[in-house]
Amino acid sequence: MAAVTLTDIVKRFGTFTAVQKMSLEIPAGSFCTLLGPSGCGKTTTLRMVAGLLDPTEGDITIAGRRVNDIPIHKRNLGIVFQNYALFPHRTVAENVGFGLKYRGVTKAEAERRVAQALELVQLPHLADRYPKALSGGQQQRIALARAVVIEPDVLLLDEPLSALDANLREDMRVELKNIQKRLGVTSIFVTHDQSEALAMSDQVIVMSDGRVEQVGTPEEVYNTPATEFVARFLGAANILEARVTARQGDRISLEAPGFTQVEIPRSRAPHLGDATAARLVVRAEKLVLMPEGSTADAALMIPATVEAVDYQGQAARYFLRVGDHALQAINMIDIAPFAAGDKVVLRLLPRDCAALPAR
Amino acid sequence: MSIERREARQPWILLSPALGAVALLLFVPLMFIVVYSFWLRSATGADTVGFHLDNWQKALSDPFYRYILLNTLKIAAITTLLCALLGYPAAYFIARSKGNKMILLLLLMLPFWISYIIRTMSWINILGASGAVNTALMSLGVISSPIQMLYNEAAVILGLIHFLLPFMVLNVYVSLEGIDTNLEDAATSLGATRWQSFLQVTLPLSLPGLAAGGLLCFVLGAGTYITPLVLGGPRDAMFANLVFEAIITQLNWPLGSALSLLLLAVLGALVAIYNRYLGMAQLAKGLG
Repeated sequence: MAAVTLTDIVKRFGTFTAVQKMSLEIPAGSFCTLLGPSGCGKTTTLRMVAGLLDPTEGDITIAGRRVNDIPIHKRNLGIVFQNYALFPHRTVAENVGFGLKYRGVTKAEAERRVAQALELVQLPHLADRYPKALSGGQQQRIALARAVVIEPDVLLLDEPLSALDANLREDMRVELKNIQKRLGVTSIFVTHDQSEALAMSDQVIVMSDGRVEQVGTPEEVYNTPATEFVARFLGAANILEARVTARQGDRISLEAPGFTQVEIPRSRAPHLGDATAARLVVRAEKLVLMPEGSTADAALMIPATVEAVDYQGQAARYFLRVGDHALQAINMIDIAPFAAGDKVVLRLLPRDCAALPAR
Repeated sequence: MSIERREARQPWILLSPALGAVALLLFVPLMFIVVYSFWLRSATGADTVGFHLDNWQKALSDPFYRYILLNTLKIAAITTLLCALLGYPAAYFIARSKGNKMILLLLLMLPFWISYIIRTMSWINILGASGAVNTALMSLGVISSPIQMLYNEAAVILGLIHFLLPFMVLNVYVSLEGIDTNLEDAATSLGATRWQSFLQVTLPLSLPGLAAGGLLCFVLGAGTYITPLVLGGPRDAMFANLVFEAIITQLNWPLGSALSLLLLAVLGALVAIYNRYLGMAQLAKGLG
């Protein structure tokens, strides 16, 4: 059953359309991520579900109830804001207990639930502190405790991890996901960070320019992008003009002129249909650089020249040339990276390629 | 000279012109006033130099002075309260408005470009016997003869509100501007109505600004003499009018000095209490 349903949602600000005819179903208990670059309408969508913005057109239902005309304080949602939005004049316990005051909960029951929520985020010892005395990560957890203590129908998370530094962000991402699973609360998470989206979500909703580009599991959106935008936004991808030369059973043969001929599984081209004109999608991580003259079985070996190297520590990004094509590859570094000017061969497994319809 | 010593001296070098000006133009004259307050005025000729407590005795014990002092504090308090009630919603509106904030703030500053005396006197053209309001009411036939609206306490308070409201609005605005709007959203998402979230979150967080605005209004209001002079009647004198009267009319500098120091002490005590509980930082924010 869908916990949240959006039907033909449109949001306009003056002449600017932030969200265009968006329809979406968020399954109950799932962790769904609205992923896209800034300005794609993901936060606007979240704020409409929250009741902080009114949709210009369309309906929003939460737990089977149409909420368009229900004000935010009656929607029973938990919201975690990017900057945490803890009340600076209230202690941690008062912050967490804030929502219980409006729910007719007895004082003893409220105290019990606040303690339980603080236990959940592993900060029971901070109950009497003020938010100012907490670190960013601690504030983040208290904001989460405050949002879940009211047992919301839906938990809305607006880029909650983006204010944390990189290492803490990865820890919090695991913990947030664990807490969500334990509580089983339907969650809508907004982020522009593709690795967060892929790591945490049951379902990723990729958005661009106010439209949904693709909805799918992390593997679906990563392996079989529906559009060029999705292919480029989720990791670096090389996209080459190609045409279909043959279709046999569950396999499709493609030719990308000046690059290669490749036979890929039909499951990697679900959006292609019967078109002849296509585009070949090769992820930068799937092009493996090998020294000139290397051979391998069941793989394409494509000669290339390294034009530039972007050293990143454990990995390197290579800027390559194959004939007229400029390509990118991201490889783990084995001892030492290749250098600019090196002649290499690119090993590519056909099953790692995907195909899109031509533009 | 070591770098540390040079760095330690630098703030003092930068501050010294301003400190010099304050010392010369404020502190030295103030000391003159203190000395004057212990002299005695003689009916003819020069004042009697010396250490006499007569002026202080008169300033502290005369029931008329005490009545005027209490009346001054009362008028300042009423003005401050009304400024808070009128100014808070306006400041809230400006702080929450999008786009035209700068224009609204400019409009708020606009009255400062006109002399305070002119602004005060303009009320005569509005509320006077042949002012705009009376003329309009008479031509409409609502009244047959002009209503007396000037030269009473209400007119003084009106004039003071006109003078002080921008200070209140600016101070409250600054503190509201510093409050994250997500806090109210967070409160409403947790089940509070808009009004409840205002009372629980925004209002308590803006109290420092309200207090700073209140202090400014009170001190400036209690120290004014032009407004009661122009808009008040004979019974609406405020304490600064007594000082004005003593020094300008009676040429009694020693008594005027004692009276002005008394007002300074009372208002200074209020500022000290404010500083003790709320700190001066907020006031600096509101002025800047």
